[in-house]
Amino acid sequence: MTAVSPTLEVRDLETHFFTRDGVVEAVHGVSFQVGAGEVLGLVGESGSGKSVTGFSILGLVDQPGRIAGGQILFQGRDLVQLAEKERRKLRGSKIAMIFQDPMMTLNPVLRIDTQMTEAVRAHRDVSHARALEICREALVKVGIPAPDERLASYPHQFSGGMRQRVAIAIAFLNEPALIIADEPTTALDVTIQGQILHEAQTLCRETGTAMIWITHDLAVVAGLADHICVMYAGRIVEQGPIDAVLDRPAHPYTVGLIGSVPSRNRRGGRLFQIPGMTPSLLNLAAGCAFRNRCPRATAACLEEPPVRAASHGRQVRCVHPHDGPLEEVLS
Amino acid sequence: MSALPGSPGTSRSPAERRPILEAAGITKRFVKRLDLAGKIARRLGSSIHEETVHAVDGVDLTVGAGEVVGLVGESGCGKSTFGRMVAGILPPTEGTLRFDGKPVWRDGRVAAKETALAIQMIFQDPFASLDPRMRVEEIIGEAPRVHGLVPRSGIADYVAETMLRVGLDPDFRRRYAHQFSGGQRQRIGIARALAVQPRFLVCDEAIAALDVSIQAQVINLFMDLRQDLDLTYLFISHDLSVVEHIADRVVIMYLGRVVEIAATEDIFDAPNHPYTQALLSEVPRIELRKRSYHPVKGEIPSPLDPPPGCHFHPRCPHATARCSAERPALREIAPARWSACHLNDGS
Ligand SMILES: Nc1ncnc2c1ncn2[C@@H]1O[C@H](COP(=O)(O)OP(=O)(O)OP(=O)(O)O)[C@@H](O)[C@H]1O
Ligand SMILES: Nc1ncnc2c1ncn2[C@@H]1O[C@H](COP(=O)(O)OP(=O)(O)OP(=O)(O)O)[C@@H](O)[C@H]1O
Ligand code: SF4
Ligand code: SF4
Ligand SMILES: [Mg+2]
Ligand SMILES: [Mg+2]
Repeated sequence: MTAVSPTLEVRDLETHFFTRDGVVEAVHGVSFQVGAGEVLGLVGESGSGKSVTGFSILGLVDQPGRIAGGQILFQGRDLVQLAEKERRKLRGSKIAMIFQDPMMTLNPVLRIDTQMTEAVRAHRDVSHARALEICREALVKVGIPAPDERLASYPHQFSGGMRQRVAIAIAFLNEPALIIADEPTTALDVTIQGQILHEAQTLCRETGTAMIWITHDLAVVAGLADHICVMYAGRIVEQGPIDAVLDRPAHPYTVGLIGSVPSRNRRGGRLFQIPGMTPSLLNLAAGCAFRNRCPRATAACLEEPPVRAASHGRQVRCVHPHDGPLEEVLS
Repeated sequence: MSALPGSPGTSRSPAERRPILEAAGITKRFVKRLDLAGKIARRLGSSIHEETVHAVDGVDLTVGAGEVVGLVGESGCGKSTFGRMVAGILPPTEGTLRFDGKPVWRDGRVAAKETALAIQMIFQDPFASLDPRMRVEEIIGEAPRVHGLVPRSGIADYVAETMLRVGLDPDFRRRYAHQFSGGQRQRIGIARALAVQPRFLVCDEAIAALDVSIQAQVINLFMDLRQDLDLTYLFISHDLSVVEHIADRVVIMYLGRVVEIAATEDIFDAPNHPYTQALLSEVPRIELRKRSYHPVKGEIPSPLDPPPGCHFHPRCPHATARCSAERPALREIAPARWSACHLNDGS
């Protein structure tokens, strides 16, 4: 598998917002890759740059933001250099997005069949009847009962979980090579979240779609992803195979994050607390962005740490990384 | 032993717990009034009528002094409505609620000021529940001053002490709420509740809006306060791992009814009710990698028109004809374990 080039490779991405108060480096030096049929989990706390990373790949960064550096290689082509017209052609066909709010995808005043067949025929030369058939199959795949009835309905006639399933069906309609899902289950109940995770997982396996799943919920990523990237203050501070990162976290921030999640093994005990607060990106101190909250900080951390390879396939942006199993590192 | 419905029982509690809160047959119905268009439509002969939501439907629950009871269930199952009735914010349609043996409600009003102060509620959204034009010292100090809990001259010290207790620097007392981070704002909300010296806290999704690392700080704070102040909690959350971490007992609700009550380890290790089983199997856990999800089928039905008999029957893999006809009662199936499912009747 490693010989095959990845579906998406992001290299040294920089996305900055040029605000009145100064430059916000929302994404800084971000690199990762996802292969066909793989799920990459992108986690981090509010404001860490997860969504801006997703929007950068789709070419949807809003003013006053823009991509200030790096490459986004999709099937070998650099999306950063691509004309907007070309990019628009990719969106909805080769690259699709699922948002937290399904109404970002759905049009409230159009019937589901109208929206879905339009999405198919915008990118494929098929008859209306064939398009309708494709849409029907897509709804069945995401577990929507009575698809014919549903096709003739408007979005407001659906529950939140049902709408999200329709949005997923639309994302998979044109068999995209890459899907970016931004917190798609955060607003949903546990049983409905389970259904959606199940559907997304199955579809990826069946179609070989590469997927980036953005969430602040480590437990969701643990159950779904092959590879995980942990973001902090616009940077990926640690990444690697899911088991390696969750069982042997190397970066002090990853350790703190895992320690703060209630877990079976530590029922009733004190949760680990990361001291201090998430810094404002506007006046980030020089050096390691985690420096003023880090128990391992030394003078060496006054310079921005480079990304280094660590054991078990991990990559870490830290000069004093941990190297050991979680229990050892947490105590 | 004639255990109270849903009572903690004695077999497992560390000490025999005196009941502090007793709910019997608590029910809340909301009537959805017709809007103007609806009224006109009805006058023109449409069959539209006012709809009734059974938000909470006959809940029996006893909470022991010093206990942390977790209340869990999916959106719209009535958790907040129940919590607001307990906290003296919303009068029940039917049933009785007793706190320390005395009724909480009388003729649609909170029966006594002492009860109103003794039970405090902490909300999900620290932004919405704090007045942005008030300084922190006013937010925290107002109620104790109004209710004469502290002499005027002592208010400043009292506020400082309360702030310290929740981990806020008293130097910030003259700041406004909007000048704090989300986690700090939630601490201000907690300090405001603690300032009236409550004995019972209803926490309604009190950490849901916070980032994970901030959640950990607030969970630890709740556990410290329980120790230091001997507080009792009704902890409402849809996050099962958080409830598992902090609760002694767990109450599971589905569409307005309690379906299961048990000690935390019992419910998580061996859930009895088919809905509890389904719910727990869906919880994402950091220890479970690359799992296959085997989801519960179907949607959560509308509380406007809940299924007859057992509300869970359209989604239940074990449902029989009896389940769609007869409402299963909440029964004690083992010491201190309660479940509402016909399967427990044996045959
Ligand atoms: N239009 C904008 N102008 C200025 N700054 C922005 C803009 N959009 C985003 N940012 C900043 O970029 C940073 C990253 O934001 P982003 O939305 O990617 O965070 P996130 O990790 O997705 O957080 P969340 O979990 O809250 O969704 C934030 O600090 C945010 O304030
Ligand atoms: N003031 C009201 N008027 C009419 N219906 C209401 C009112 N308050 C709540 N309801 C309805 O009562 C039911 C229970 O609502 P409640 O807010 O108690 O649920 P919940 O379990 O707290 O849900 P969530 O997890 O979404 O907070 C819902 O169907 C809700 O729409
Ligand atoms: S580089 Fe230094 S400050 Fe940053 S995470 Fe590593 S040890 Fe901590
Ligand atoms: S009473 Fe019947 S439908 Fe309800 S949970 Fe038990 S078996 Fe399932
Ligand atoms: Mg985001
Ligand atoms: Mg609620």
